[in-house]
Amino acid sequence: MSYPILSTVIFLPIVGALLIFLMSRSNEALIKWTALLLSVLTFFLSVPLFLDFDKTTANMQFTESYQWIPSWGIKYALGVDGISVLFVLLSTLLTILCVTVSWNSIKDRTKEFYAALLLTEGAMIGVFCSLDLFLFYIFWEAMLIPMFLLIGVWGGPNRVYAAIKFFLFTLVGSVLMLVGIIVLYLNTGRSFDILQMMNTTYPFNLQLILFWAFFAAFAVKVPMFPVHTWLPDAHTEAPTAGSVILAGILIKMGAYGFLRFSMPILPEATRAMSPVMMILSVIAIIYGAVICLGQTDLKRLIAYSSVSHMGFVTLGIFALNTQGIQGGILQMINHGIVTGGLFLCVGIIYDRTHTRKIADYGGTATVLPIYAALFMVFTLASIGLPGTNGFIGEFLILLGGFTASKPMGVLASTGIIIGAAYMLWLYQRVFFMEVNPKVQGHPDVNFREILTVVPLVLLVLYVGFYPNTLLSFMDASVQNLINRVSTAGQPQQVAQQIIEVIK
Amino acid sequence: MDKYTLIPLLPLAAFCINILFGRFLIKDRAHWIAISAVLGSFIIAVMTFGEVAQGKTVNQDVYSWIVSGNFKVTIGFLIDQLTAIMLIVVTSVSLLVHIYSVGYMHGDPGYYRFFSYLSLFTFSMLMLVMGNNLLQLYFGWEAVGLCSYFLIGFWYEKKSASDAGKKAFIVNRFGDFGFGIGVMMIFLFLGSVHYADIFGTVGTLQGQTIQMFGYNVDLITLIALLLFCGAVGKSAQIPLHVWLPDAMEGPTPVSALIHAATMVTAGVFMVARFNPLFSLSPIAMNVVAITGAVTSLFAATIALVQNDIKRIVAYSTVSQLGYMFLACGVGAYGAGVFHLYTHAYFKALLFLGAGSVMHAMAGELDIQKMGGLKKYMPVTYWTFLIASLSIAGVPGLAGFFSKDEILWMAYNGGTVGRIVWAMGTVVAALTAFYSFRIIFLAFHGKFRGTHEQEHHLHESPKSMTIPLMILAIGAIAAGWVGIPELLGSNIGVGNWVAHFFEPVLGHPEVHGTHEEEWMVIGISIAAAFGGIFFAWVFYALKPEIPRTLAATFKGIYTTLWNKYYIDELYDFIIVRPTKWAATNVLMAVTDGGIIEGIVNGVPKAIGNFGERLRKLQSGHLQHYAVSMAIGLFVIMTLVLIASAGK
Repeated sequence: MSYPILSTVIFLPIVGALLIFLMSRSNEALIKWTALLLSVLTFFLSVPLFLDFDKTTANMQFTESYQWIPSWGIKYALGVDGISVLFVLLSTLLTILCVTVSWNSIKDRTKEFYAALLLTEGAMIGVFCSLDLFLFYIFWEAMLIPMFLLIGVWGGPNRVYAAIKFFLFTLVGSVLMLVGIIVLYLNTGRSFDILQMMNTTYPFNLQLILFWAFFAAFAVKVPMFPVHTWLPDAHTEAPTAGSVILAGILIKMGAYGFLRFSMPILPEATRAMSPVMMILSVIAIIYGAVICLGQTDLKRLIAYSSVSHMGFVTLGIFALNTQGIQGGILQMINHGIVTGGLFLCVGIIYDRTHTRKIADYGGTATVLPIYAALFMVFTLASIGLPGTNGFIGEFLILLGGFTASKPMGVLASTGIIIGAAYMLWLYQRVFFMEVNPKVQGHPDVNFREILTVVPLVLLVLYVGFYPNTLLSFMDASVQNLINRVSTAGQPQQVAQQIIEVIK
Repeated sequence: MDKYTLIPLLPLAAFCINILFGRFLIKDRAHWIAISAVLGSFIIAVMTFGEVAQGKTVNQDVYSWIVSGNFKVTIGFLIDQLTAIMLIVVTSVSLLVHIYSVGYMHGDPGYYRFFSYLSLFTFSMLMLVMGNNLLQLYFGWEAVGLCSYFLIGFWYEKKSASDAGKKAFIVNRFGDFGFGIGVMMIFLFLGSVHYADIFGTVGTLQGQTIQMFGYNVDLITLIALLLFCGAVGKSAQIPLHVWLPDAMEGPTPVSALIHAATMVTAGVFMVARFNPLFSLSPIAMNVVAITGAVTSLFAATIALVQNDIKRIVAYSTVSQLGYMFLACGVGAYGAGVFHLYTHAYFKALLFLGAGSVMHAMAGELDIQKMGGLKKYMPVTYWTFLIASLSIAGVPGLAGFFSKDEILWMAYNGGTVGRIVWAMGTVVAALTAFYSFRIIFLAFHGKFRGTHEQEHHLHESPKSMTIPLMILAIGAIAAGWVGIPELLGSNIGVGNWVAHFFEPVLGHPEVHGTHEEEWMVIGISIAAAFGGIFFAWVFYALKPEIPRTLAATFKGIYTTLWNKYYIDELYDFIIVRPTKWAATNVLMAVTDGGIIEGIVNGVPKAIGNFGERLRKLQSGHLQHYAVSMAIGLFVIMTLVLIASAGK
């Protein structure tokens, strides 16, 4: 590859955002088409990452590295492995859908909206590609601002409260992580190089402290129980595109953070803390699922279901075995596809009815049959029906979780019962039974909306029937990660035991 | 692609075509696509059966489905004697139900949707029975459950229908919870989910135990019981039987295909498939036998007093499924699967007959409002009568041979076997009674419905009556492949089906004498005729008796009428508390009170957060966002400079 592909994919949307910012506010069509064109272009530019990827190695690929601030050891270093490459592709794909779903629903400050959307995209991809902690932190924080604006400006009636809550939660987490980053920097010979950190062994006590510092940032993003309460508010108030990005990509950064930083850099602490993390995950699975049964707001219900699904993801990751981690990563992608799809669908009906209250629906399948069929596919994927992507992820996670701890695996399995209960009950209340007057007379999905949702429907089925495409991508990287976590620190433990015996 | 792959693929193709183009292009021609596909599957299934009958078995992979570390699963086919008989049952009943539906569903606005779901179901069921590994079984298992959900709630505008669909799915998930854990245990301890590997190595687990709640539990027993949980859900056994009667909200052809002949027998199929595992655990076997026997008796007693024709047949299905588990539990897997096969024909016939009655009665289901239908719809009457004679166990018909085989095997099955034999014999009498209660109330006597209904009474169209007649042949003759040696040796026929199954399902040792076998047969025949006789006395000769009995034993009658109040119990101990906790504990206390309290409380205590929030809400949002970003950057820079200076 002759050109720096990762930098292009990161900065094309950012430059595009600036370009849109310079456009005339009145020319809405130009703004929208520019945004669409740029997001499509970015997607096509990211496709070679998928096609030219070497699945046999766990090494970083498509790497770029330049000195940035040499006196502080800061580099501009980018690269992807089998884990992050999938998220880059998910980001570029979902952004296109965010543009098309917002086509007619964002009427106010269109220019700023699309600029913020593209800025978010660039920063998100940056987060997944950074190989320098400093650069990572910049992208991590940079994407907060446009996201904050997306919720706070184009959101629902209670948007300001939700936006600030979102900001404060993530900010508190990020500040602790920043402290952790600096401590790591000082202990790695003044370097922010992530790959170097992955090959350094830090003292166990330091690892523990750093683990919790990073945990603060990542757990808020995931969000794990009990720091999840910003998510329902943010989702409920965010515009459709905001919810899709939140659910599809932003909350994946937390789990990605565990995989990229906590595990390889702090392997012993990860191993020591894995029972605690598994317990928190199982609580999130059950808690998030049960609380769904009490929801009266469509988006709030899907938001809480995200808490439950992300509980599955962290359970898999901290099971620390192949099936668990692969299932966890796959489920992150799946959740992006499925929950992204659900939020797109909710946005589509909201554009017509302007209500999110479940009680305002009923009989939607009679009025909008094609829409009902599309929503059904995502519902089934959400409850992990075999043949959809949700099953593969959930089953591998449960298998991994069960292998690591039988009680945890059994408890987590109850999530599949409650998951079916709340999703099918939701579907019944919205789509079945007598037609609610508020739904009556609305047109079925149009061509633009079908084009927006169908790619995700196809992905749901493709991954369900042929998950190996994705699993093979992450295979080498996951094995590498497991080797790192399971072997690190053992010599010292042996030494310690010997010392104790001698004493 | 070989012909075996085509068996499930044809219905899948039909589903894809109908669901994509049915709405705008195909419309009321959807049945042509669906029927040709299932006809194709049926023909190949018959050819395959012929090959298997000559001793050929197939075990081949189609493609690699999931590979994750050492967890490797394929989509693949195992075709042996057990699969071959299931292929015949599934494709033949499915084909007849498809044809019947052309008449029954005529003019329904969801016509194309109905045929799409039927095709999808046929595909899923075929994947279930043809799979060569446990995960593909699970795939089919959940997929048939999905189709059942779609088809029970087919008329989704009705609240009761959409409730019933949802209930079926969720109740089944309770069973699948155990089943899923069983699958994981098998992988964990045997390292594979492929049948060939599992059955090859299952012996190594013998004697191993696992710690649970401080007790040592036998590993094989535990795995077998976990798998059985799934069967209990899918095959509607106690305590997860509650979904099946409600499932009658679906169109009647669906009840015949899914909730009588095929899907609900998946549990029996699974237990039979895993006979090498179950046979190693006497405890698990006894649990299976007793669950089956108790369910069988329990459901039969409820069926005695119900008036909804479809629900009676549904409880009868629950009861007969119990019979099949009873057989498996005493080690007579072959007898269980034999009953599965005969039951498919006479029970599908009962349902389709009931559908024909509903068709004529404009949707009326209450047998108390019927009567004298015999003269208006002779084909329906005669075929329904044949099915009733078959299920009652009248000698010579299909049901007699399979039921007799089960009872004889149970009789030989030790203490537990003797107990379940006694229960099974009582059930046989009850079955004959409630089956003929329908015959006498619905088809004999005087018509008790409205004049308008009477005016409209008619025999159903050919597309419906021809499948009834074909099924009637099945209800008579399907059992002739399994005539017991005792009776068959006089006329020179052996028990062909028992020999056919022997390679996969084995054959339990029988110690009973010929005299005992004659006695068991005699008692079962007496039970059948006794049941029919009492039904005749109660509902034809002296119709006042049932009313008197109901009044005398009011407590028993209302308990049976209310199905032992199981639904109410579940609602009270599971559904309500969970919903209550979601709203009043999790939302109000933990999320709303504790977590939000801390989150909002801490900043409030520090810097009067609420006041600032209000100021922020007054506007200038971007302004504050930018200042936050700048603040962040300043903090970052300061910390960096400070650390760099060290």
